[in-house]
Amino acid sequence: MTQISPTVRAPRRRSRRARTPIVIILALAFIALITFLALFGEWVAPRGATTVNLEVGLITPTGDYPFGTDDLGRDVFSRTIIGARNALIGPLLIALGAFLIGNILGLAAGYRGGLLDATVMRWVDLMYAFPGLLVVIVLIGVLGSSYLLAVVALVVLSSPFDTRIVRGLTLEQRHLPYVEAARTLGLPVRRILFRHIFPNILPVTFANACLNFAVSLVALSALSFLGLGIGPGSADWGRMLAESRTLLFDNPAAALAPGALIVLTATSMNLIGDWLYDRLADRGRAR
Amino acid sequence: MNGRGLLIFIGRRLIAVVVLLLIVSFGVFSLLYLAPGSTEDALLGNRIASEQTRIDIRERYNLDEPFLTQYATWLKGVATLDFGTSIRTGEPVLSAIADRSQLTLAMGAYAFVVAFVMGIGLGILAAIRNRKGADRAVVSISVLGASAPPFVTGVFLLYVFAVELDWFPAFGQGEGLADSLWHLTLPALTLAFGGAALLIRFTRAGMLTALDQDYITFARARGVPERRVLLGYALRNAMIPVVTASTLLLAFMLTGAVLIEVTFALPGLGALLVDSVAFKDVPMVQGLTLLLGAVAILVNLITDVLYLLVDPRIRASQGVT
Repeated sequence: MTQISPTVRAPRRRSRRARTPIVIILALAFIALITFLALFGEWVAPRGATTVNLEVGLITPTGDYPFGTDDLGRDVFSRTIIGARNALIGPLLIALGAFLIGNILGLAAGYRGGLLDATVMRWVDLMYAFPGLLVVIVLIGVLGSSYLLAVVALVVLSSPFDTRIVRGLTLEQRHLPYVEAARTLGLPVRRILFRHIFPNILPVTFANACLNFAVSLVALSALSFLGLGIGPGSADWGRMLAESRTLLFDNPAAALAPGALIVLTATSMNLIGDWLYDRLADRGRAR
Repeated sequence: MNGRGLLIFIGRRLIAVVVLLLIVSFGVFSLLYLAPGSTEDALLGNRIASEQTRIDIRERYNLDEPFLTQYATWLKGVATLDFGTSIRTGEPVLSAIADRSQLTLAMGAYAFVVAFVMGIGLGILAAIRNRKGADRAVVSISVLGASAPPFVTGVFLLYVFAVELDWFPAFGQGEGLADSLWHLTLPALTLAFGGAALLIRFTRAGMLTALDQDYITFARARGVPERRVLLGYALRNAMIPVVTASTLLLAFMLTGAVLIEVTFALPGLGALLVDSVAFKDVPMVQGLTLLLGAVAILVNLITDVLYLLVDPRIRASQGVT
């Protein structure tokens, strides 16, 4: 009985998976590099992020200082490397927070429907057309600069996007045989939602979290650019850009390097998110 | 569509707008109480005040009245366009806003036109040349535009066109119409870049869906000229998601304008907001926030009316025929 004829093999699904495009490989490599710098930046950077050297002063890029220095003689190269940590932590927290809220609300609204669904979707619609970042600017301005507040506010502002997607996916899954089977077995709703539906929509919601990460990175750096995020003097890309904006004639690299890193990181995450989304959206559905 | 149905629709929506504005105004008024420290401190901003000034302020803003009475008094002022005076400059909030709004409006309109022409044009181009070189190029531009925050785009444009090439002025707003437009070009292009990226996305997706429909195949089979197939048949149907995108576009442009005015040191509404926020100029922040809220709500209304104009099906479902 244990011997199964090798000739009766289940037909293998034809692998139509296209080769990973070269841009995606580059994007993944870039994110890996930034993650490495976020973890080990202090050891990689040639100088400290806050080491002021007025003797060197403001210089343009040289061999010793690849991106030159800012007006306090701080090494822009080292600051950019060490800034990777601040650039990644906030967006990571925001993407994670929005992922949690979006999944809980979206699953519940999509599965239960009715009043709960109507209420949640009204809230989502309202938030969609909201110039959210402006509200955060006003709130933080009035309440006082706080990184934590910025992160929390951005979680609240990004979760509607997750909620809408999760709800749509849940609506599609709700009537599929495996959900009905689970319901027939009398499993509790929470178990059906989190053990059965959640894993099936996870690929798409994960792709969405990547897109969320990119948006949050841009939003947080905008807040630091306006002086409303991380405190002055910290190695943060948005902050560095704001402080070096006036040095554009003396050492353009001091402003362009952090700017380029914001754009490259956000673009990489957007590309990865879009790519995952295209690849996984059909798979999540076809089951 | 007859005018009466449309008027009733707009009338119904305007009532909703008033209710929403009341909610927003309540939130805006509460800003004063959200600020850390006492309300007088918030109203005094960073100034040092004697005991008498504090008493005067409590008197003037009715701070000893109950919260809702204070709100009602403030709202009455707002209804007669009296938003109070700025703590920072001492001028009336309304006239400060009026002064600064010209620049922001000019930049916004400039950027909006550029974003619309570029976004829809390139979006159509990408859809026609689906998966070919031009499509890939356009899609790359839109990914980049969606990822680049306006202040980074602004600094790069400044570096290339103002510092290296010296074609455009780096800062300032210029005098006279031509010179002002000249000064506004870089900021407006910065704002338009992100907006165009958004519109390209929606136009391309909408056109691709529309071009896939049977009526397009039939129209081509009937020998309808290609131009008419694209613009009359496909684009008209692709416009619905584009109208949806325009609300997102507005939210993006409002935030973008703030960042760009700071980047280019332009004295517009956005810069006024950032300065007032930094100075804790509560009356000014209240006025600006209420204005922004009103603009966002009105644009949503306009979008809904546009849906009706673009799509007869929505017209029918709303009972506007």
